[in-house]
Amino acid sequence: MSKLLSIKNLRVRFRTKSSFQAMINKIEDPYIDAVRQVSLEIKEGETFALVGESGSGKSTLALATAGLLNAEEGQIKFMNEDVTTMTSSQIMAYRKKISYIWQDSIGSLSPRMSVGSLITEAYKIHNLKDRDLKMEADRLLKLVGLPTNIKERYAHELSGGQARRVGVARAIALNPKLIIADEPTAGLDVSVQGEILNLLNKLRDDLGVSLFVITHNLNIVRHISDRTAVMYLGRFVEQGQTDDIFAKPRHPYTLALLSANLTPYQETSLKNKIELTGEVPSLMDRPNGCEFHTRCPFSSKHCDDEFPPVHTFNGQQILTCHYPLK
Amino acid sequence: MSENILKIRDLSVNYHTDRGKLKALRHVNLDIPKGSIVGVVGESGCGKSTLITSIIRQLDDNADIPNGLIEFEKQDLLKLSQDNMRNISGTKISIVFQNPMSTLNPVISIGRQMIDIQYRDKISKKTKKQRSIDMLTKVGIPDPHIQFNQYPHELSGGMQQRVSIAMALQAGPSLLIADEPTTALDATLEVQILKLLKELQEEMGCSILFVSHHLGVIAELCDHVVVMYAGQVVEQGSTYEIFNKPAHPYTIKLLECDPASISQKQRLLPSIPGEIPDLTNLSGGCIFKNRCDQSIDRCDQYTPILKEFDNTHFVSCHLTEL
Repeated sequence: MSKLLSIKNLRVRFRTKSSFQAMINKIEDPYIDAVRQVSLEIKEGETFALVGESGSGKSTLALATAGLLNAEEGQIKFMNEDVTTMTSSQIMAYRKKISYIWQDSIGSLSPRMSVGSLITEAYKIHNLKDRDLKMEADRLLKLVGLPTNIKERYAHELSGGQARRVGVARAIALNPKLIIADEPTAGLDVSVQGEILNLLNKLRDDLGVSLFVITHNLNIVRHISDRTAVMYLGRFVEQGQTDDIFAKPRHPYTLALLSANLTPYQETSLKNKIELTGEVPSLMDRPNGCEFHTRCPFSSKHCDDEFPPVHTFNGQQILTCHYPLK
Repeated sequence: MSENILKIRDLSVNYHTDRGKLKALRHVNLDIPKGSIVGVVGESGCGKSTLITSIIRQLDDNADIPNGLIEFEKQDLLKLSQDNMRNISGTKISIVFQNPMSTLNPVISIGRQMIDIQYRDKISKKTKKQRSIDMLTKVGIPDPHIQFNQYPHELSGGMQQRVSIAMALQAGPSLLIADEPTTALDATLEVQILKLLKELQEEMGCSILFVSHHLGVIAELCDHVVVMYAGQVVEQGSTYEIFNKPAHPYTIKLLECDPASISQKQRLLPSIPGEIPDLTNLSGGCIFKNRCDQSIDRCDQYTPILKEFDNTHFVSCHLTEL
């Protein structure tokens, strides 16, 4: 499989104080780094999952990947083109190849447009005049498993699961190479969740798209993704093959996340659980040394002072920790 | 068998809507034994919220209760006057909501809010303040003296939820209703809050009615589980019985759908086809018949009633009677 997307040392930051405020308050660095030193690769036809708690920078990373936020440092290469240096017309062409499924499925649909015009909107935006919009709408609705008479409806007349399918239809309209799905099952009932994930998997097989899935639901990650990265305070603390990470988490934070994943079932629950105390530190005030040491049950003096080195296991499982779990 | 702190019998709730009468709850029975944690699980639209709001008598104006009994400490809550109800809610029954940010008033400091809700007690403001600070310490808030003067937005989500739990438990209620209290929180915080709830429950000896759609959370915390579907209780029993020996086809399917239950990695995940029936236009028979793959003739004609299946385990399904 060839590389589709490769991100190297990406840093995305947001301003917290205006330059005037920063000057009078004598703040040298009025920024927070929402994403710091992130590197990843997504291959063609692969599902890459990004997990982490709220505020860890998952959505920021995804938005930067889609070219919707500017990168401060680093490189985002999509099919060997650098996204960070693209001109606006190049970005327009780039956006035909990637698409986004938004977290708030109903909120992302305009309340004033019918489903039919919503899913064919992309053709108008990209000026593809040779398409028969009616036929395209029918084709897309069929692909995502919705009845074609739903075209006349408006967003508020859809159920959560239907709105999610409309979101998927919009995303696949231009035959993208990569679909970024931000929390594709958030707010859905368990009985509907399976249908949406099966649909995404089916589209991946039929259309050969790659999926970049952001979620905090570890149970679904295990089933749908090939590779997984765990994010904490804007950094990847661990990434690797999904099976390896679930079978043998090596970073304490990964283990803690898996432990916090409550399940009623004996056979799928974890043997050596750990529990975290305290809260996620603020991005404005990152801890010294290892950024996880304030909550880590295994931390020692060493972790307070020194940033941990990168370890690689079996050439695939990459993590930053002083004392990787055996 | 210990006595029940809350006893709900044959409770039905209807909403009058433009489309006609929506039967949100139908003949619900529920018991909360003293000192236990009872979990209510169900998907959206199954009537969880209606159940809670009818217990605290905060139903919308377009709702009416045609029949039923909600007995709390030997009084029927439905027959109480508004004044008497006000005396019970907030002192004997209190509630923790899903979203702590909308529970707390954003323009009043936490301390002031905690003192304000003690308006019934004729004690000095100083004692009230001390009591609030003790409560904040109990729920694990660091530096309660400082936090006491802060505003809700200055706290993180987990801390806000701790404050709302502190406020709910301040009056020492005998029943705490928790409406999805951990849904808005991250996984690692969720575990902390659940642990806190359990510790406080053991310490203060109150009962908890815990409402959630998260099966894992329910299994972790509760002693008894009530499974609801489309406004009806379809199964109830001990946590062990519900998760290990589910008997109602809906419960069985719901558990199968949970990706956490599947130990082998698989691409195709199970789901329950079909949709919840329209509650304004119910046909007779079993409520789950259109999505059940084992339905028989009897399911179309007769509505099953909740029957004893095994000692403490109750199921409403014709198939279990065969």
